[in-house]
Amino acid sequence: MAALTFLRPFLSLSLLVGFISLFELFGVWPLAQAQEGNLVITGSSTMAPLLLEIGKRFETRHPGTRIDVQTGGSSRGIADVVNGLADIGMASRTLNPQEKHLHGTVIARDGIGMILHTSNPIQELTNSQIVAIYTGRIKNWQQVGGHNAPITVVNKAQGRSTLKLFLQYLKLSTRDIQAHVVIGDNEQGIKTVAGNPNAIGYVSIGTAQYDASHGISIHLLPLQHIPASVETVRAGTFPLSRPLTLITKSTPTGLTKNFIHFAQSPEVHDLILQQYFVPLQH
Amino acid sequence: MILFSNNTSSRSNTDRYFSWGLRVLSLLAASLLVLVLGFILRESWMALTQVGLSRFFTDSGWFPTEHSYEITPMISGTLLAAWGSILLAAPLGILSAVFCHFYAPPILGLWYRRMIELLAGIPSVVFGFWGLVVLVPLIAAWQPPGPSLLGGILILTLMIIPTIMLIAHSSISQVPTTYINNATALGLSRWAVIWRIVLPASRVGLLTGIFLGLARAMGETMAILMVCGNVIQYPSHIFDPIRTLTANIALEMAYALDQHRSALFISGLLLMVLVIIFVSIAEVLRHKTPYVVAK
Amino acid sequence: MLSLSNTIRETGATLMVWTTAALITIPFLWLIGDLLWHGWPYLSLNFLLSAPQNAGREGGIEPILVSTGLIVGICMVVALPIGLGTALFLSEYTRNDQVSGRLIRGSLDVLAGVPSIVFGLFGNAFFCQALDLGFSILSGGLTLACMVLPILIRTLEESFRTIALDQRLAAAALGISKMATIQHILLPAAIPGLLVGCILGVGRAMAETAALIFTSGYVDRMPTSLMDSGRALSLHIYDLSMNVAGGNPNAYATALVLVGLLISINIVASWIAEQWTIPNQLQN
Repeated sequence: MAALTFLRPFLSLSLLVGFISLFELFGVWPLAQAQEGNLVITGSSTMAPLLLEIGKRFETRHPGTRIDVQTGGSSRGIADVVNGLADIGMASRTLNPQEKHLHGTVIARDGIGMILHTSNPIQELTNSQIVAIYTGRIKNWQQVGGHNAPITVVNKAQGRSTLKLFLQYLKLSTRDIQAHVVIGDNEQGIKTVAGNPNAIGYVSIGTAQYDASHGISIHLLPLQHIPASVETVRAGTFPLSRPLTLITKSTPTGLTKNFIHFAQSPEVHDLILQQYFVPLQH
Repeated sequence: MILFSNNTSSRSNTDRYFSWGLRVLSLLAASLLVLVLGFILRESWMALTQVGLSRFFTDSGWFPTEHSYEITPMISGTLLAAWGSILLAAPLGILSAVFCHFYAPPILGLWYRRMIELLAGIPSVVFGFWGLVVLVPLIAAWQPPGPSLLGGILILTLMIIPTIMLIAHSSISQVPTTYINNATALGLSRWAVIWRIVLPASRVGLLTGIFLGLARAMGETMAILMVCGNVIQYPSHIFDPIRTLTANIALEMAYALDQHRSALFISGLLLMVLVIIFVSIAEVLRHKTPYVVAK
Repeated sequence: MLSLSNTIRETGATLMVWTTAALITIPFLWLIGDLLWHGWPYLSLNFLLSAPQNAGREGGIEPILVSTGLIVGICMVVALPIGLGTALFLSEYTRNDQVSGRLIRGSLDVLAGVPSIVFGLFGNAFFCQALDLGFSILSGGLTLACMVLPILIRTLEESFRTIALDQRLAAAALGISKMATIQHILLPAAIPGLLVGCILGVGRAMAETAALIFTSGYVDRMPTSLMDSGRALSLHIYDLSMNVAGGNPNAYATALVLVGLLISINIVASWIAEQWTIPNQLQN
């Protein structure tokens, strides 16, 4: 009968849908590890790559744990810790007065440096020149000794701690800046400058040095005659540096305590150096 | 109301349960819009009460860290990019449909339409990626900095041409052939037939396509985010970078807390209202009978 | 005989129309060509089956393919029953002019026009926060289900409406219950249309980015459960191209995979649609 032949595709369709649903609900779920071995870390996008590597190494040392790292900015990381949405927050800035009651552990230091494209002959800029460029008073590289080309100013989006520290250092307000491109994460800034010979931007020194050493065409500028590098940040001489902190709601216990202890230990110093941050000496 | 009455004469119990099951599912689907609107309103509430809607237009700039929430530069960005792209895409799309129908040899017309259908299926992020690596450097070589309103307009044009073209194509094919035959018999040349008979006869469908394309252009996020530079300002020329409402939400949402986040939800609400207006106009047009009815 | 001004106008129009066609074809070929040119060298079986390394610059996209599959899977598993039920209700239990039908269709039409970033906001507020699912594949899949539902219902309803009325009348005359009519007669006849609708829904879900940024997260590791965060193909392309210096080659390759998948999905859908029109004609 014709009806029977029509039934077969319907049966197979329903079988297919059923199979897929069963697979989804039961095939994948048993693979989930126990919830106790999980840590959620959110916060600064500068620190995220480092914490990812530390997390991976921690997972190999302690099988059965899973460390999830998400970005969202230092303020988000702190807020998540306060709300209980995350176990640890990553902050690439110092704590505000209203955040002082939280527990913080510094694991490294980082600086913020200006970057230019490798083809840009400029090797140094004074603070007042940087202010003039970012406020739109100097518009051409020629005015600071470079090629005859308009400057493409790269600025960070609102709410990023790198932006806040940059403004603080140059005593500018966010309204003063006249940018040509607004970017989000450090890496996006690096990629923009690497793709535009006339661009200038500011990013975390660690991220910039990491990329420069991997062949990305940017170079870092010194600030106030002090070169931007791991050494000067370590020595404390570089004028624009910040601590990289792990924040918890209160004194850490259990898995959180183990992880933070691990992150401070010499076992991860090579990972910190690999990312071109400065590990703290204990 | 039909939702609650039994409109079949079937007396089987299974039928009653079945039809109730279907009604429940339909109610779920229908309530989705209410759910979406409701939650977005709920999240916007803090900004609505603490900041007030008027400040979104009267504050002196979008600086959420300083509690300043002016969104008019971004609204202008959205409108400029969308209208700029429609200005380019509408004639190109409509002429493409005309090309397919009246000028191209059948095989070419078929493949051209297939190509446009393919174009319609390419994800916006791929358009944005191509814009970022090909278009932006080209614009930068012409006039720095590169990421700009022009880039946004060009990419959006490429993205909405398929929408306009496919709708125009289907409404042109619905023009009765008697019109075309009569016109040709009267001695009108090909372009005259198109310009004076076919296009006016199908103008309701063409307008629908344009409105739907506009709605799509205003709602586009990823491609604009990658190509426009994201600087909050009123552009003084098309080489200036801009930020649209959609890109603003995408860029700042992850880093936004409390009032800032609520303000972003309000901009989302505004966007939704804008797009709903255009889609509703398109739907009203779609259901209107064309001014000429075939006998 | 055409007058001179007529001839000029005709030639001008022809030129304009052909130029338009060329103006559109060129960027399209350029885009596809660019993708193929830069992406093909990096595409390999290894690329599809290994995990991303070094923030995605090296390595492959296997966990991302799995995450995408899970997100789209959840989307369809949730959207299909609701969509099917609503489509059946609209086509079998309502007439065109009744209020409930118009209300449902109207709200779905409006929903179809809502921008995807607004769905992302909704998904974040509802699934991630209110339902406490967090950044997870589940949140992403559910948000996509909301997005895909309007289109799915429209296509499914169409496929039911095209079934000839005779079938339903004959069934009623034979005393078959409504549910049995739907189950044994209408559904099988509408299978091609259903498949096309599903496939188009899948295609739409796979191309989505903005709705997933705030709902399913960014993590590019292999998910071990539906509550894990997972990265979809489209998000991976976005991240590699915007945030990863040196990520362009892999971004090209991933874009090629995504576009390739979507093209094959569309080809299958149009092939099924073509097969569909023939049986319907035979019925009459």
